[in-house]
Amino acid sequence: MVTFNLLLNAVVTGILLGGFYAAVTIGITIAFGMLDIVNIAHPVFIVMGSFIAYIVNRTFGVDPILTVVMASPLFFLLGVAIFRFYYAAFESSGKGSLRGLAFFFGILFVIEVTLLLAFGVDYRLVQTSYIGPNVGFEHVDLPLRMVIPFVGSMALVSGLHIFFSHTFVGRAIMAVAQDEFALSLMAVDTVAIKQLAFGIAIATAAIAGGFLIVIQPVDPSLGREYIGRVFAICVLGGMGSITGTVIAAFLLGVVETVTSTLFGPSWAPAVSFAALLLTLAVRPSGIMGR
Amino acid sequence: MRRIPSWIWPVAVAVFILTLSRLVENEYYMFAGYVVLQYIVLASAWNILGGYAGYVNFGSAAFFAIGAYGTVVLDKLLEPPLVVAILFGGIVASLVGLVTAYLTLRLRGVFFAIATLALAIVLQTLVMNWEFVGGPLGFYTIRPDSIAGFPSYVNYLFVVMLVLALISVLVARAIERSFVGRGLAAIRDNELAAECCGVPTLRLKVFATMLSGGLMGMAGAPFPYYITYLDPNSAFSIAYSINSIAMPLIGGMTYWIGPVIGAVLLAVIQQVATVTISSELNLMIVGVLLISFITLAPNGIVGLFESYRQQRHRRPGT
Repeated sequence: MVTFNLLLNAVVTGILLGGFYAAVTIGITIAFGMLDIVNIAHPVFIVMGSFIAYIVNRTFGVDPILTVVMASPLFFLLGVAIFRFYYAAFESSGKGSLRGLAFFFGILFVIEVTLLLAFGVDYRLVQTSYIGPNVGFEHVDLPLRMVIPFVGSMALVSGLHIFFSHTFVGRAIMAVAQDEFALSLMAVDTVAIKQLAFGIAIATAAIAGGFLIVIQPVDPSLGREYIGRVFAICVLGGMGSITGTVIAAFLLGVVETVTSTLFGPSWAPAVSFAALLLTLAVRPSGIMGR
Repeated sequence: MRRIPSWIWPVAVAVFILTLSRLVENEYYMFAGYVVLQYIVLASAWNILGGYAGYVNFGSAAFFAIGAYGTVVLDKLLEPPLVVAILFGGIVASLVGLVTAYLTLRLRGVFFAIATLALAIVLQTLVMNWEFVGGPLGFYTIRPDSIAGFPSYVNYLFVVMLVLALISVLVARAIERSFVGRGLAAIRDNELAAECCGVPTLRLKVFATMLSGGLMGMAGAPFPYYITYLDPNSAFSIAYSINSIAMPLIGGMTYWIGPVIGAVLLAVIQQVATVTISSELNLMIVGVLLISFITLAPNGIVGLFESYRQQRHRRPGT
């Protein structure tokens, strides 16, 4: 029997989950939406972030979210390195898309198998004070392990929003997203800007990875579940729009939790695909599409 | 040379392998050979859309699993002969291809790629929740008694897969040389220009997706009998998706022979590596090979061979 209370709880959990999805997707919004780099390996970078949080938490007992924030500069450098390689191999010669896709698929695969060989197929989790207790309101129970990532995700996303709309570098990235050719005519080094933006995208993956392992136990192949989800959110949100991404993330989060409350959790992964197909069929430009 | 029709070569090779399969006593070679042939089907099928038209399908595993689970459903209901199961798997898979293609192919190719990736995950969810075919627990198939005229059932499966491999190679070859192949190549090079020249791009793409998906489904249909125990994780294994991309890429995507070379090479390496090293590591080999080939030799082995031949050709002239 689905009561009003249950549904209310599902919606609230969905909003919390949606906030986290926004943090997961923001890297795709930057890489795919703004730079047109189809980084399907993004979720596996997130899982990589989770495993770093796991190792540090396991050996030193450091808070996972603190760990990933510290690790994000490293991921930034990794992103820059990958972009340089990608640019030199594919984009500069103008035969990007198909081979670029296969390239990232190969990266996804290599990282996943490396994690698998190093950690096995077991689910890993972290120990912190905020995993376990709930914050309760009248009818709604909020697990802290969802609330903390939600708050963190919102901070990350709003920080990026301010960065993209108010700083010089951020606006330069938006300009590249809008019309790269025009910018290059003004003697702007668009490659350097894109490199920076891709680095930021991968850095957000580290932070999202920290949130992920707080929310749920992580295994090396978890990233695959997120591929459909992140691209669905990105497309639904209108590709390069941060506001659109957040709205779409909330939407998908709520629909997913309501679906799993009504039909059982094993159906939740199908939601994102349905959302993706529906968006592509009905309104390919998404909610906030230009 | 020109007087002999060139489709004779694939047929001759198939007949040669068929005779060989009668002489080999050890069943392990049949088991291993089946996998190699299965990958020839998957790689050739993938290449029809991915290589000729340039639309990447990440969901080969989904189409393969549709074929495999189609057989499971038929097997539970009425136990038809294998040929019927193969046709059924092919038809259902090509219908799924039709729907996915029609919804996503009007947009940029990237969306199709992402949709196929998600398709694999969602179909797996569906099968996991479907009690009739065993859900997450999987399904045991009982192999029929050996078929008349064949030394063993494994040998029969091997021959069936050999025929399927021959069919898909001949289909890929026929497509390549017909107006369909030229249309797909035009789409790959410049879709807008092709559209302007009157190439029916959407229809060709949908047709290629259906054909490609159907062949993959047909490759999956005998799989439950081959493995005798089918569960969602083995049917939707990401190994099928990555291999059917890696094989054409490594072999070379513009000619039908490319996927065949890639499939034979990679599948044999993997068979050897699985026996001698470990099954995780052999997937790693595929990933690393894939990355190095797309960056260093984007036209695959066939491309390497061609540029070598062109160089040798040019030298006396210049």
